[in-house]
Amino acid sequence: MKRDIILAGVGGQGIISIAAIIGTAAIDQGLHLKQSEVHGMSQRGGDVQSNLRISDKMIASDLIPYGKADLIISVEPLEALRYLPYLSSDGWVITSTKPFLNIPDYPDMEKLMDEIRKLPHYVALDADEIAKEIGTAKAANIVILGASSPFLEMQYEKLEDAIRFIFKRKGDEVISKNLEALKAGREFTQKQMHS
Amino acid sequence: MQRLLLLGDEAIAQGALDAGLSGIYAYPGTPSTEITEFVQNSKQARQDHIHSTWSANEKTAMETALGMSYAGKRTMVCMKHVGLNVAADPFVNSAITGANGGLIIVAADDPSMHSSQNEQDSRFFGKFAMVPILEPVDQQEAYDMVHYGYDFSEQHKIPVLLRITTRLAHSRAGVKRKDPRKQNDLKLPEDLRQFVLLPAIARKRYRNLLKAQELFIQESETSSFNKYMDGPDKSLGIIVCGIAYNYLLENYPDRNVPYPVLKIGQYPLPVKMIERMYSDCKEILVLEDGYPVVEESLKGLLGKGLKVKGRLDGTVPRDGELNPNIVAVALGMEDTFGLPVPSIMVNRPPSLCSGCPHIDSFKALNEVLALLPKGRVFSDIGCYTLGALKPYEAINSCVDMGASITMAKGAADAGLIPSVAVIGDSTFTHSGMTGLLDAVNDKSPVTIFILDNGTTAMTGGQDSPAFGKIEAICKGMGVEEGHIHVLRPLKKFHEENVRIINEELIYPGVSVIIPRRECIVTIDKRMRDKFKNAEAPV
Repeated sequence: MKRDIILAGVGGQGIISIAAIIGTAAIDQGLHLKQSEVHGMSQRGGDVQSNLRISDKMIASDLIPYGKADLIISVEPLEALRYLPYLSSDGWVITSTKPFLNIPDYPDMEKLMDEIRKLPHYVALDADEIAKEIGTAKAANIVILGASSPFLEMQYEKLEDAIRFIFKRKGDEVISKNLEALKAGREFTQKQMHS
Repeated sequence: MQRLLLLGDEAIAQGALDAGLSGIYAYPGTPSTEITEFVQNSKQARQDHIHSTWSANEKTAMETALGMSYAGKRTMVCMKHVGLNVAADPFVNSAITGANGGLIIVAADDPSMHSSQNEQDSRFFGKFAMVPILEPVDQQEAYDMVHYGYDFSEQHKIPVLLRITTRLAHSRAGVKRKDPRKQNDLKLPEDLRQFVLLPAIARKRYRNLLKAQELFIQESETSSFNKYMDGPDKSLGIIVCGIAYNYLLENYPDRNVPYPVLKIGQYPLPVKMIERMYSDCKEILVLEDGYPVVEESLKGLLGKGLKVKGRLDGTVPRDGELNPNIVAVALGMEDTFGLPVPSIMVNRPPSLCSGCPHIDSFKALNEVLALLPKGRVFSDIGCYTLGALKPYEAINSCVDMGASITMAKGAADAGLIPSVAVIGDSTFTHSGMTGLLDAVNDKSPVTIFILDNGTTAMTGGQDSPAFGKIEAICKGMGVEEGHIHVLRPLKKFHEENVRIINEELIYPGVSVIIPRRECIVTIDKRMRDKFKNAEAPV
């Protein structure tokens, strides 16, 4: 088993939390893991990514080679496209469609969505909208994690356990909202796969 | 012992804690910051009273660590690569004084300049000072090398340089811990003149250092961090340093490299191991992240003998970080690639946060300067360097910590009047104060903005050594009280701020303007913590 994942977003959107949850679940299953993060200057509203590698064998490189990523998980649609050179030919892109507008020359939304619809394998959802329906706009990143969960080759319960562990100090209310967000994201993908 | 999921930086910190550290000294700098932060947040460190507060700069950190080593305790000093330039004087001389308690200097290099002004390679500095260098391949080795480094340092009475790069510093993997060791007791050097570098003593100690090089090479030959792995195909031999080994293995999924491989993790280079590869193989490929340090020393000036491939002959790009694809191409394998980036893609550079006090400062400064020809604002290292980008385009230089004040003075000396310096609070106490003294002594017509957001913001909001001291420092340096102004960088004070800045730009001497408002990120964090604590059950 091997999963090479590029996590993408804008500084402050919570991709490190997604990485921490998948990472916790992976360690819990006795898998090997390497996860490269971005610290420093880019965190000031710039594009950020994390290379997350999970395997049942020893992992060599901290960086995923071009053309080898199984998944690009993005909390922002423009950022989903930035890392396409890493995507393998049968890899999936899971992305939120909600743009993060902090640059003056953000591309036209219709053209951007056209590019996403051109991808061979993708799931695109408005994670902010789904998170708001649950009553916690902050959990948009967890909705995206849920939408990615069918592709992770991990037991779903392990992801739930990891959320309980990561948000332990924030209380039961936060945990249950995030579990709901995870489930809502997962159901979106499952519905799309069966339609 | 348990397995922890740690960043390379954190693995070094945990390694130091478990190896009997008594004090860690540093100034924040990406990608080294998390080493000291890990110690600061460690319960184990608090229980054992391990010193971990930030130093004013890398030079004071290095010297303080040397003092702790003098007193017989194990110590670590951490910095980003350019920080080693600041600490160069004590660092180079510490090789001559030698160590007493174990002394490890961690330099975190930043190839590809993710968050830096250059990509200098600290191995050159280690070679220059003639100290042993350790370069880990992964997080586990980073942890293990700290134990080894302290043993080496205490056995040979020599400081040891631990060199990492951004990728290892900021990547997580599982690390197995060793049993913790006790701290050293206070114990002064046997020779109380060991650290007195008067020429007569320094000459003797320097000869000792030269003599010890032979010994360091022997240590490298037998070190478990240097490994010769033979392979059946002798058409190529590969010398691979530190993290580059991972990129090599990535290209052989079963980890079976057909060529002989020499993995380097400890310097000076193991001469006999290299000789073996030289006589066994037809060509040599050198894979190293950073400068072509090993490649250059193999090639020599004339480049005669075996063909050596690497960064110098174009087999590997001359600059930038290595990755698995670069190594694949260097090995003659086919490159891999996913899908092209669509043409609609635009850059998303970092920017000042919404609500950042620097925005108000730059707006006021730009308004005043709009009446003058452009190109007179010298700036420095920090979040405010982002003022160089649109929409502000407010600054004209960013060179090194503290260079804003001194460059403004030099330009004023040349006739560029008025000249303006823009520096942050902690950068000011790091390396700006001495430049201010020069300007005061020369009565230079410079206007110095000390943007005081109460924190070391760019590296993540560490405590600023300047906190609450800036006016007193400026007065003490001799800036006239009437030309020190504290401003509130807020929209509602804009007109007033513009008026004061205007007046001081006209004044033909040193003025200091201190726009003071807390960093928006640290306020946010403080409020969240307060809220969290208020909610927590009593």
